[in-house]
Amino acid sequence: MIEVIKPGFFAAVQDLGRWGYQGYGVGIAGALDAFALSAANLLVGNPEGEAGLEITLLGPTLKFHRQTLFAITGADLSPRLDGNVVSNWTCHLALPGSILSFKGVKSGVRAYLSVSGGIEVPPIMGSKSTYLLGGFGGFEGRALKSRDRLPFGPSTAEAGKLIGRVFPEKFRPPYRKNPSLRAVMGPFENFFSEEGVALFLSAEYNVTRHSDRMGYRLQGEPIRRQKAQELISCGLANGTIQVPPNGQPIILLADRQTIGGYPIIATLITADLPLIAQCAPGDRVRFAAVSLDEAREACLKLWSILKQFV
Amino acid sequence: MERQPRILAAGDQAILLEFGEEIDPAINRLVHAFARRAEQYRVPGIRELVPSYCTLLVYYDPFLLSFSETASWLRELLARSPLQIEPSFIVKEVPVLYGGPNGPDIAFVAEHNRITIEEVIRYHTSQVYLVYVVGFSPGFAAMGTVPREIQAPRLPNPRTKVAAGSVGIGGLQTGVYAVESPGGWQLIGRTPLKLFDLNKNPPSYCQPGDHVRFYPIGEKDFLKLSQESEDRIQPSEEKENIKNNSSGF
Repeated sequence: MIEVIKPGFFAAVQDLGRWGYQGYGVGIAGALDAFALSAANLLVGNPEGEAGLEITLLGPTLKFHRQTLFAITGADLSPRLDGNVVSNWTCHLALPGSILSFKGVKSGVRAYLSVSGGIEVPPIMGSKSTYLLGGFGGFEGRALKSRDRLPFGPSTAEAGKLIGRVFPEKFRPPYRKNPSLRAVMGPFENFFSEEGVALFLSAEYNVTRHSDRMGYRLQGEPIRRQKAQELISCGLANGTIQVPPNGQPIILLADRQTIGGYPIIATLITADLPLIAQCAPGDRVRFAAVSLDEAREACLKLWSILKQFV
Repeated sequence: MERQPRILAAGDQAILLEFGEEIDPAINRLVHAFARRAEQYRVPGIRELVPSYCTLLVYYDPFLLSFSETASWLRELLARSPLQIEPSFIVKEVPVLYGGPNGPDIAFVAEHNRITIEEVIRYHTSQVYLVYVVGFSPGFAAMGTVPREIQAPRLPNPRTKVAAGSVGIGGLQTGVYAVESPGGWQLIGRTPLKLFDLNKNPPSYCQPGDHVRFYPIGEKDFLKLSQESEDRIQPSEEKENIKNNSSGF
C-alpha cells in the first residue's frame, strides 16, 4: 500500500483508458503518455495496461508500506528513494517504510509510477482510469490528496529477475522541448484556405498555459477558415487538432469530450502522442503532414518494442 | 441510402463515416442503424463506435488493422441490404423547474425572441424532441429541434460550471446537462432527475433515438423529486418498443 504524504502538484491513477462508453458521453481518459505507462508496467512484470500513477510536474511524497517493485518512466522529475537518486526507466525494489519523493522537473511533464500488481482501485466501466469530468474512476474520481492510501494488487512477478532491468533509451520516444509533430491531414481540411493549411504546416506554435489533459491550446499566427460555419459535432479521435473561430489550434487528448464541433484540420499520429504529453507551457511545436502508411509504420515501430520487452 | 457516406481518415486509429452534413432525423436514424449493423458484424481490431448527429467515428487498433482494411470492412457493410431504420417509440418525460436561479438565461431567450418567459416555457414544453446523440459530457442528451420561437445562440463565453440537471437551449437544439460540467448553452431551467447514474445499466437516462417531453413543475415537486433521486420512464400512449441496446449507445 502507498500512503500519500504530500500530494505534489497533480497525481492521479490512470490505466490505458475506459473504452466502450463514449456512447453515454463518458470519455476514454487514461494515461496521456500511454507508452511510458506501458513501459513502466512491463518493467515491474505487470501487464501493459495495469493502473499506475500519472504524476505531473511537482511530484508527490509517497510512503511504501509494503515491499514492492516499482519503476518511473516518462518525464524526469528527479525521483529519490529515502533521499537517494533513483534512475528512471529502471525497475527498483522499495522496502517497507521507504519514502519516494521528487526533487523537481528536469525534463518533460508527466512521469508514470508503476508498482508490482498495479494500483488496486475498483474498476468502473471496466477501467481504473480517473475521469475528472465525470468525477469517477481511479481513486475516488480525483487527484490524490495527503493521507490517501492506495493498495497494490497481488503480484506473481519474479522480483529477482526484474530488479535493475532498464528500458533501453534507444527504444523510448524521442521526447524534446520543441518537437516536430507528425499528423495525418483532415478530415476537414477543406474548411481551411490553402494559405491556412500552409501556415499550419510551417508555423511554430507556442504551448500556452491553458493546456491540460483535455487538450493543449496552442498560440501562433491564426489559421483562417474558408467556411464560416461550424462542423456538426462528431466523434473525436485522440490527437485531433481542431481550430476554433479564433484560429488558434487545440490538440485534443485523453480527457477530451466525446464529440465536438470545431473544424478538424489534422490528427496527430499515434506514435507522436507521447511527445505532446511531455510538452510544457512555453514549449514550441511544429506540424508535419505524413501519409497514413507512414503514420501506421511509425506506430508499429514504436509500440512493437513493448511487445518484445516482456 | 440517398448517397454513399464519405469514409474519412481521422488520424491513424479512427475513421469518420459521414452520412450527411446537417442535423436531420432521417440522417441520424441512418447513423444509428448503421452503427447497430457494424456492432453486429464487428471484426477483431474494431475498438469502438461513436455515433453522433450525422457521423459515426470508428476506432480501430492500428496493430490489427490498417486504414484500408477498416475502410473495406465498412464498405462491405454499407453494400449489404438496405439498413433497417428502427424508429423508437419511447417517450421519456423530464420534469423541469423553469426560470429563477435554475434558469438564469430564460429572460435572455424570451427577450431575444420578443416573447414572454411564460411563452418560452409553453413553447419548450409544447412538443417532443428527438435525442440525436448522448455526448459532450456523461449523460448529456442533445435533442432537437426546438420551435423557432425559442431558438437562441450559444453563450459567447461558456460557463466553467453548469449545475447537474440544467436544461439548456443552444441554437436550434435543447438538452440536459446530466453532470456538472462546463457549458455554453442558454440555461432555462433544471430537472431534479438523476440523468446519469453509474449504478444503472445503461448509465444514462436518455438514449439516442428516444423522444423527450419536458413538463413544468414547481419548487415543492422539485425538492420532492430531488429527494427521491430516482428517474422515471413514462411510456407514451403509443406502442412501446423498448430495445435493449447492449451495443452501448
